[in-house]
Amino acid sequence: MSQQSVPMTAQTAGFAPWKRFFSPENRYLAPAFITCILVVGHLSFGILESYRKTGIAIVSSLVAELILGRIFTGKFPNLASAYITGISVGILVRSPAFWPYAICAIVSIMSKYVLRLKGRHIWNPSNFGISVLLFLAPETVASLSIQWGNYLLPMLVIWILGSIIIYRVQRFHITATYVVCFVVFAFARSFLTGSPWQSEIAPLTGPMYQLFIFFMITDPKTTVRSKSWQCVVVAVVALLEMILRLNQVVYAPFYALFLVGPVALLLQMWFDSKRPVPVRAAA
Amino acid sequence: MMRGPAAKTLLAVVFAALIISPLIIKRFASPRSDARLDRKSALARHGFYLQEVSHAAGVDFVHQAPTLDPRLDHIMPQVASMGASVSIVDFDRDGWSDIYVTTSKEGAKNALYRNMHDGTFKDVADEMGVADVNRPGTGVSMGAVWGDYDNDGYEDLLLIKWGKPELFHNDGGHGFTRVTDQVGLPPWVNANTALWFDYDGDGLLDLFMGGYYNENVDLWHLSSTKMMPDSFEYAKNGGRKYLFHNLGNGKFEEISEKVGINSRRWALASGAADLRGTGHADLFIANDYGVSELYFNDGKRFREVGKQTGVGFAPKSGMNASFGDILNQGRYSVYVSNISEGGVLIQGNNLWVPKEGTSGDQLQYENLAREFGVELGGWSFGAQFGDLNNDGTLDLYITNGYVSLDHNRSYWYDFSKIAGGHRTIISDAKNWPAMEGRSLSGYQTKHVWLNDGSGKFIDVAQAVGVTDTYDGRAVAFADLWNQGVLDVVVANQRGPLLIYKNTVTPDNKWIEFALEGTKSNRSAIGAEVTIFWNGQKQVQEVSGGCGFAAQNQRRLHFGLGKNPQIERAVIRWPSGEIQTIDHPAANEMHAVKEPQ
Repeated sequence: MSQQSVPMTAQTAGFAPWKRFFSPENRYLAPAFITCILVVGHLSFGILESYRKTGIAIVSSLVAELILGRIFTGKFPNLASAYITGISVGILVRSPAFWPYAICAIVSIMSKYVLRLKGRHIWNPSNFGISVLLFLAPETVASLSIQWGNYLLPMLVIWILGSIIIYRVQRFHITATYVVCFVVFAFARSFLTGSPWQSEIAPLTGPMYQLFIFFMITDPKTTVRSKSWQCVVVAVVALLEMILRLNQVVYAPFYALFLVGPVALLLQMWFDSKRPVPVRAAA
Repeated sequence: MMRGPAAKTLLAVVFAALIISPLIIKRFASPRSDARLDRKSALARHGFYLQEVSHAAGVDFVHQAPTLDPRLDHIMPQVASMGASVSIVDFDRDGWSDIYVTTSKEGAKNALYRNMHDGTFKDVADEMGVADVNRPGTGVSMGAVWGDYDNDGYEDLLLIKWGKPELFHNDGGHGFTRVTDQVGLPPWVNANTALWFDYDGDGLLDLFMGGYYNENVDLWHLSSTKMMPDSFEYAKNGGRKYLFHNLGNGKFEEISEKVGINSRRWALASGAADLRGTGHADLFIANDYGVSELYFNDGKRFREVGKQTGVGFAPKSGMNASFGDILNQGRYSVYVSNISEGGVLIQGNNLWVPKEGTSGDQLQYENLAREFGVELGGWSFGAQFGDLNNDGTLDLYITNGYVSLDHNRSYWYDFSKIAGGHRTIISDAKNWPAMEGRSLSGYQTKHVWLNDGSGKFIDVAQAVGVTDTYDGRAVAFADLWNQGVLDVVVANQRGPLLIYKNTVTPDNKWIEFALEGTKSNRSAIGAEVTIFWNGQKQVQEVSGGCGFAAQNQRRLHFGLGKNPQIERAVIRWPSGEIQTIDHPAANEMHAVKEPQ
């Protein structure tokens, strides 16, 4: 997951504080939201494995970002993005051991600096870190796959608040497209496998998906440019996820995004390179 | 600022190293002795060897599962997945341990194996009147615990069921009389755990019983399919808890709410031990689909301190509660088994070790299962602490495996899908995908973790002869042949009862204590023995049921290692009486009666 932000405009300069807070320019909106989820979820239901493990993930992520940013860009970077990565790892990774939290957070941040093409990273950092860890250390690491408590209200609050925020940062179409596709494909899976449709819908009601659809698939740094293509890409993610699910892959959404996200970006870069470069008229 | 090729290359190398680091960690983690050894080599290397002898001992008992409401057919193997239990008792007071085992098929009979003293056992359940207890309409057996509730010297039988719990009075070792209706037990409890303990120290055994499914659910005649847990880790729609206070006149009074035990979590295991040295047994409950609960007992009331002590923080799938002084420090650690399935769900088992510097009401625990090497045990069920090689430290035997059906097809994907669903989905059985003959953590190898005495356990199961892969449920320890070693009895779901006869190197010595209360309850449940030898000490407590659906032998067994110099044994009786025995002889069983 990465930071939600769009190019700065001057349109909200004179707005009330709450409007400024919920404005697309506020790069701390997403970190505030995910922190809110974490705090409320943990105080209500004890969702974290432990404070120390989540702390390790956050601190590892921040330190890695500070060091690598300073080394490779010559300045200390803004830490909002790294904070989201760390906190996402702290929530989504489930392991009795401590090391997966540190390694996953550091690998996630490092991927931004190592796996780059034409000046931009091509994997969503936490999606990369978590997918790698789930694939290479399945005997030690799992991902969050259970409910936060038993209640409808917390789920509705997260969905509504998340939708508002994601709308304000102009990424709602991505989330909405994915959810619609997931539901359609869930019924398709139910039809194909004979499983109750409720069981196919069930994952969408869990917290893993709440984090996935609000933070991971909407990451501006690793999604394609145009709105319509963003919707197409996320629909392809959902489609690949369905195929993986039909093959009983437990962490299908992570792997689907891991595979589709970079391919989409690479295709966009390829198309961009084929476009004729505008020639500026001579003075 | 470093942006040159060297820095980028270095970064890439570190990145690659970090990515492959899980593989390296895996390579060096969890020491395990996978090689199967012959008896001589196992004795030489580990000091003991276990040989499965059930058939030779005349025991050919196979557990059978129930057939519940047809609306559960599609997930029957995982719903009807418990009921194999084992409890050790000397029901006829002949000085030899007998074995009571349960089955769960409607109409099938439980077995009471009398120890014939010649290495064989004979099923006498029918003639004793404790066999035909699974009659249709009354529910089926889930476990049994023995305790002398009327202090007549003979152990009585409490049978828990998904159905009507039953109490059988032991008539002098010659037979049993059903006294359920006289004592005041409830008409229906879907119970998976029970234990005897004298919570108020009045010399009479009281009874704790923990419900799993709600007591209003008749699993054979469902009024609704909404009877499953309403969350995989936060469920509170399970069965209620019961504490029956022994009134001393053959009757019990249910007082759980009055004394502060009020929970609807899904209890699977419980244990009682004096964790704070107050003289009162505290109560630990391992809950499925949620956090464990720990109730501190002040002798009159209980208060739940799970969060405060650290054991009730992270919700898991608790299926076992057993106590052991694993560091020979005179303090109990608690072992709780959970689920670990590579690639899906890694809860890890919990080894709750008392934190340094905490005691009494400020007692806190930390989970050191990973550090001690006893964390990953598959879909773990019953576990027991005991000194299997008599080297002076407590080892850990754990059985596991949930549903073993088709070897090649797993239900885990579907299970994980529904487990993450909202309560309206997960709590309704009709929403669960059909199992269709698939396994769910089946055919798992067992773990026999040998304690090296310095905070590390190594798995020697394969090396010492524990090679079965049945769906294990209950484990009980007993010196079945009166030879100064702990043998192991394992009850398997839809599988045979296994008896692992233990052979221990004679270099390692032992001592056993058979206690009998006078002022205290006659079973001496709750009595604590601390042995001081060779500059170290170990404490053990007589238990009225621990592990999962299990009860160990009543007598306490201590391994002492080579050339033990025993300074003393200190017995603290439930009455508060302290008795010291100076220099008790090793390699002997000491029968001790509480001073009047």
